[in-house]
Amino acid sequence: MVRIFGFLAGLGFVSALLWAVATTSLTIEHDPVHARVQTPRALALASDGVLGHFDRGQLQRGFKVYKEVCAACHGLSLVAIHDMEDLGYSEDQVKALAAEFTVPSINPDTGEAATRPAVPSDNFPSPYPNEVAARAANGNALPPDLSLITKARHGGAAYVYSLLTGYRAVPADLPAALRPATGLHYNPWFATLNIAMPAPLASEGQVTFDDGTRATVDQMSRDVSAFLVWAAEPELETRHAAGWTILGFLLVLTVLAYLSYRSIWAEKKGH
Amino acid sequence: MSFPWAQQYAPQNGLMKWVDERLPLPRLVYNAIGAGYPVPRNINYWWNFGVLAGVALVIQLITGIVLAMHYSANTLVAFNSVEHIMRDVNAGWFLRYAHMNGASFFFIVVYIHIFRGLYFGSYKAPREMIWLLGVVIFLLMMATAFMGYVLVWGQMSFWGAQVITGFFSAIPLVGEPLRVWLLGGFVPDQATLNRFFSLHYLLPFVIFGVIILHVWALHIPGSSNPTGVEIKSESDTVPFHPYFTAKDGFGLCVFLLAFVAVTFFFPNMMGHPDNYIPANGLSTPAHIVPEWYFWPFYAILRAFTGNFLGVDAKLWGVIAMFASIALLFFLPWLDRSPIRSANYRPLYRIFFWVWMADVVLLGVCGVMPAAQPWIILSQIGSIYYFAHFLIIIPLIPRFEKPLPMPNSITEAVLGKPSSAAA
Repeated sequence: MVRIFGFLAGLGFVSALLWAVATTSLTIEHDPVHARVQTPRALALASDGVLGHFDRGQLQRGFKVYKEVCAACHGLSLVAIHDMEDLGYSEDQVKALAAEFTVPSINPDTGEAATRPAVPSDNFPSPYPNEVAARAANGNALPPDLSLITKARHGGAAYVYSLLTGYRAVPADLPAALRPATGLHYNPWFATLNIAMPAPLASEGQVTFDDGTRATVDQMSRDVSAFLVWAAEPELETRHAAGWTILGFLLVLTVLAYLSYRSIWAEKKGH
Repeated sequence: MSFPWAQQYAPQNGLMKWVDERLPLPRLVYNAIGAGYPVPRNINYWWNFGVLAGVALVIQLITGIVLAMHYSANTLVAFNSVEHIMRDVNAGWFLRYAHMNGASFFFIVVYIHIFRGLYFGSYKAPREMIWLLGVVIFLLMMATAFMGYVLVWGQMSFWGAQVITGFFSAIPLVGEPLRVWLLGGFVPDQATLNRFFSLHYLLPFVIFGVIILHVWALHIPGSSNPTGVEIKSESDTVPFHPYFTAKDGFGLCVFLLAFVAVTFFFPNMMGHPDNYIPANGLSTPAHIVPEWYFWPFYAILRAFTGNFLGVDAKLWGVIAMFASIALLFFLPWLDRSPIRSANYRPLYRIFFWVWMADVVLLGVCGVMPAAQPWIILSQIGSIYYFAHFLIIIPLIPRFEKPLPMPNSITEAVLGKPSSAAA
C-alpha cells in the first residue's frame, strides 16, 4: 500500500517536473551588468591566513585615511574610540583623539539636545544624525557604516581595495543603459557598475602619513582596507592565538585517544 | 533490551550501591553506554557520527545558553547586540563563532549519520522506530537552525524569514492568514523576532528529548553494522565500554580538530556576507540564499516552474520540498529488500551513489541564482531525487541479485571462509 501510494506520488512529482522542464525556456540570459562586474583584485595583508596578525603601522596609516577622508560620510559606529589603543596609540593619544570628535548629548540643566566632546569610551560618532540626513546629503545614496564592511561584502578587504582603486573612464563600448547617470561614477568593481561615491582617494599625498610612507592612491587604499579588516574583526589576533593553543592541545589529546583506542582494541582480531 | 550475555551492573562501592538501590541511574548509564551494552564488534568509523551529533547538540546548548544571556531579541538592537557579543563580551566572539559554526557542524555530522543509515540500511526492521525518530529530529533541527539564523537580524535573516514563511502563503485559502499568524504581522518584525527567539530556545530541548527516545529505541535491537547481519552470539559483540568509548573518544577528537580549525581560522567560511548588513525591509538582497544545509531543498522548491494539474507552481514547489523530507518517514516500507547493507546490494549501491551525487548537484543549484542552466539542472536533480525514493528503491529488489553474505559478524571480522569485506 505504501509502495503503491509512493509510486503514484513519485509519478506526480516527476510529471510536474517534466511539465516544468517542457514549459520553461532554456535560454541562458546574460546579465549585461553582471558580465562587466570585475572580481576583486588580489590584496595581500598581514592579517591573511591562519598565521595572520595585524601590521600596526599599516593600521595607523589606514586609520588616518579613514579619519581624514572616509569619516566625512561613513560611520564606524561599532568601534569604540578607546579600541584605538589596540592600534598602538597611547592612552593620552586616544584621549586627545576622542576630544576631536563631538557627540550628541543632553544639556544637564535644561534637558535640551546638546553636544559634548567625545571621551574614549564613546563609539565613533556617525557623520549624519540619521539615514534621511545621510541620503539628503548624498544624492539619495546611503554611505554604509564601515564597521563590518570587510565581512559584509564578497571578497572582503580585497573588494574594498579594488573599489577604492577601481574608478575608470567609461569604456567606449559601454551600452547607454549602463552608463553612469548624473551623480554616479563608473567603477566596474561595484555591483551595479556605477557608484554614487566619487573617487575618495584621488591624488597622491591626499593624506600625510606620520611614518613617512609615500601616500600613493594604491598605498592609501591598501592601508584603509587593512584598517577596516581590524575594525570588523578586532579579535583576529586573539582568535588565531587561541586557535593554535587549542589545536595544539587537541592534537596531543587526539594522539593519546588514538593510542588508547589501539591499545584497548589490541586483543580483538580484525581491528 | 538485552542480549543474554550482557554484563550486569555490580556497584563498585557502598555509595553507588546505595544510590543504585534507591534510583538505578548508575545501572541505566551502565546499560546505555557502559559495559552493559553489547555492540557489534565490526561497526566502522561511520558509526561514530551518532555520538558526534549528540556532542554537537551539547555544544549548541552550552554556547547558546550563554549567548542568550547577552543577546537582545528586539529588532532595534538585535543586530548590534550580536556585535556587542562579538566585541565587548569576554570571549563573546568565541561563543558566537562556535555557535554559528556549531550549527553547520551539527548538520555535517547529522547528514553523514543519515547517509550512513541509508547506505547500510539502518532504517530497516527492526529499527524503523529509530529511523522515524531520527527524521523527527532532523525536522526539528531545520526549524531550530532557521529560527536561530533569523535572530541575527541581518539582511539574510530578514529576507530568509520573509521567503520561508512565504511558503505557507502558497496553501490555498488559509495560506495568507496562516503566514500572518506565524509571523505575527504582515512582514517579519518584532513579534516574529521575539517568538523565534522563544522557540529557538525551546526546540533544542525538544530535540534533546527526542534524542533520548531515539537512543532508547536504538537499545531495543542494538546497533546495526556494516554487514547488516544481526548479532548471533557473544563473539559478535564487544561491550560499549571500553571499546566504543575509546573509539568514539578518538572520533570526537578528530571532530573537534575540524571544528576548532574552522571556528578559529575560517569562522565566516560557511556564512553569507549579507548577514553582516543590518536587516532592512526596504532593500532586497540581489540573491536570497539560505544556509548551505538547506540548499538542496531550496533547489527542489524552485525546480517547479510550471502550473500543473491546476495546481500553482509555487504550491507544487512547497509540497515537493516538504515531501522530499517527509518521504523519509516511509522509507522503511518503500524499501522491501531484506538485505540491509549496500555492501551486498550491487544495484542499490550504484543508485545510492547516484543519489549522493544528485544531492550535491541540488545543493549547487540551490545556491545559484534562479536562472538557466541552474533551473533545468535542479529540475533533473529533483526528478531523480523523487524517482530514487518513490520509484527506484521499491523496484530494485525485483531485479537485484544480492552478493553472498557472511554467516555472522564474527566470520566477517575474522575472515573465515566465504567472508566478504566488512
